[in-house]
Amino acid sequence: MFPANEALVLSTILFSLGVIAFIVRRNLLYTLMSVEIMLNAAGLAFVAGSAIHGQPDGQVFFMFILPVAAAEVAIGLALALLIFKRCKTLDLWAIARIKEE
Amino acid sequence: MTLLIMFYMAAFVAVASTAAVIFSKNPVYSVIYLIISLFAVAMVFYTLGAPFLAMAEIIIYAGAIMVLFLFVVMMLNLGQKRVDEDLQPPSGKALILPLAFTAVLALLTILALAGAVPTPHAVATSTNSLGKALFDKHFLGVKLAAFILLVGSIGGMHLGRAASTPDTKETHI
Repeated sequence: MFPANEALVLSTILFSLGVIAFIVRRNLLYTLMSVEIMLNAAGLAFVAGSAIHGQPDGQVFFMFILPVAAAEVAIGLALALLIFKRCKTLDLWAIARIKEE
Repeated sequence: MTLLIMFYMAAFVAVASTAAVIFSKNPVYSVIYLIISLFAVAMVFYTLGAPFLAMAEIIIYAGAIMVLFLFVVMMLNLGQKRVDEDLQPPSGKALILPLAFTAVLALLTILALAGAVPTPHAVATSTNSLGKALFDKHFLGVKLAAFILLVGSIGGMHLGRAASTPDTKETHI
């Protein structure tokens, strides 16, 4: 009835795109954004499982992913602000070189 | 059947705009593409029979979390070059793709509101049963989510205060 199996495939694709963004981009903001993409893909997989089994528990777990994502973004962005203030850049490789010196 | 077509259109928009997040140069455009991607995933939630989660996705994810992201991105890129770029009106080429994606989602929304597609209803996963499961079976999880939000707000406040003091060298975090 619901396109649940297709939704599982879609969540896999979105998660892979998030992993690619996590690896490819060097900016700290893009790293946080890719974590958001991956969390969202995991939530989509939960909702698809809920549609497959006809149980509301998967949707409940998506409701738990929402505050986790909110807290992660709040702390991650505050850390990004701190790092930008201290290192004057958000390039992860440049930040790693600064730490080595 | 129409539900399946709706799903495929929303899924295409989700994948394409997520790919655009990765490959666009400007972080502001990336955040806006990510918001479009979240809207598309909300439409996918609707086709999966979870209309409440679709609304939660739009209001909390796209409305609160991503706007916080946009705020910080705009606050960080304060070089003169970036300011000059931002003062330029956006070029027409940069507007085509977001407008096309948004048009697809708007078309789907209008179709759903006009009743052209059957409303996906399942008794087992209705909003009623979702609320019952959330506040009865998983109530401990609701309390833990409250703790996570408390920890996140305290941590964000502490780190933000350290970031706003003049000399961060003395505050060893």
